[in-house]
Amino acid sequence: MPEQVTLTVNGKPVVVPSGATVAAAMATAGAYCRDSVSGERRTILCAMGICFECRVEIEGKPHQRACQILCSPGMRVNTQPRIETGAESSR
Amino acid sequence: MTAPTYDVAIVGGGIVGAACAYECVQRALRVAVIEQDVIGGGATAAGMGHIVTMDDSDAQFALTRYSQTLWQQLRPELPANVEYEQCGTIWVAADEDEMNEVLRKHDYYTRNGVPAEVLSSADLEGLEPNLRKGLAGGLLVLEDGVLYPPCAARYLIECALAKGATLYSASTVSQIGRGRVYFSNGSSLSAAVIVNAAGAWAPALTPGIEVKKRKGHLVITDRYPRFVRHPLVELGYLKSSHSLTADSVAFNVQPRRTGQILIGSSRQFGAERKEVDREIMRRMLQRAQSYLPGLSETSAIRVWTGFRAATPDKLPLIGPWPADSTVYLATGHEGLGITTSLATAKLIADQITGNRSAIPAEPYLPSRIRTPEHANA
Repeated sequence: MPEQVTLTVNGKPVVVPSGATVAAAMATAGAYCRDSVSGERRTILCAMGICFECRVEIEGKPHQRACQILCSPGMRVNTQPRIETGAESSR
Repeated sequence: MTAPTYDVAIVGGGIVGAACAYECVQRALRVAVIEQDVIGGGATAAGMGHIVTMDDSDAQFALTRYSQTLWQQLRPELPANVEYEQCGTIWVAADEDEMNEVLRKHDYYTRNGVPAEVLSSADLEGLEPNLRKGLAGGLLVLEDGVLYPPCAARYLIECALAKGATLYSASTVSQIGRGRVYFSNGSSLSAAVIVNAAGAWAPALTPGIEVKKRKGHLVITDRYPRFVRHPLVELGYLKSSHSLTADSVAFNVQPRRTGQILIGSSRQFGAERKEVDREIMRRMLQRAQSYLPGLSETSAIRVWTGFRAATPDKLPLIGPWPADSTVYLATGHEGLGITTSLATAKLIADQITGNRSAIPAEPYLPSRIRTPEHANA
């Protein structure tokens, strides 16, 4: 039996094997990662830190790549809400 | 000899060339614009898009303020993607010395009709809570703004094209003079006036002009809405941007409408390659973090460089080139080309059509700087 880690995803406890990424915890919890600026649900895509689709909030800090961060006990992860900016374009 | 095909041929489709085209078609001139790459793709795309009144000299003030009022007049017709916002500028004073500069600047601006407010340390903290504590205060200049320069350049060009201007895109110019523009593919066109608006590359077409490339770096973050609310510039910026030799960095940060934070700035002479210089970028980010400690928690997504067209006296070159009566210059705007593009275009068009300008043109005339190459011309 691998050691297990308990964290919360959107306020609910999730148990994952030690060494699992936050992206794995999101999948285990059935949660998606973020709402895009155009209002679409986004989640893990490249799984190697390049595409930035899997950004989540960890301990209240936005834009954390779920695929690049390992779960730790008690970690609080949330689906990142749509960022209200008043603009659709980005540079 | 046959009549020239165009009244005005503008070499360079950056914000300055685009503004000149926009203005010249309003005066019913037959206009050609020649761009080697894409409209607004050079220093125009690299810059911060700060529409800012500056007071390093009376001449700089006159040009930046005049141009700012032109941007304000143009604002209702600008498309949404130009992202023009009149958000003001806060000049940040770190200590009492810089606070004295705030008072001097406030006095100059208010005497010259520019609305500005002196901020105490507590005012500054209230307006920009992510600045480090213990700063002395600042100056809020209310009518400054920001826009997205490549879209502004594209809009100006599209207006010019709609009024009959001709765009030569993907066209590299090898030589200009005596009423002709020569392309590197061997063809040429004729024009009564040729405007060299090639920015930092202008000396390649008009040898002898005192314009040097001054490299800059910018970093942009992911979206952190309201992390900063105004363009923030350290008053020490003046010291660093004035240095004409050493590499320098200064705290100059701007909120974009997207929620992103644009972080500058750096200045380097003698750096001709466009690659990112990690050492100067590190210094620039450290400087920004010293003012905004929370920046270290943000995620930068892109960094790029650009080349300002710098002159020895920090004023642009606007007007006829003494060595060739068919050549006009519209270059040398250093870090203020977005702000001063519209005023530059007014001055150029006034000179071509023989009209009086709204501000004295003399401080910007290329003839003020006599170099050995054309001293006897």
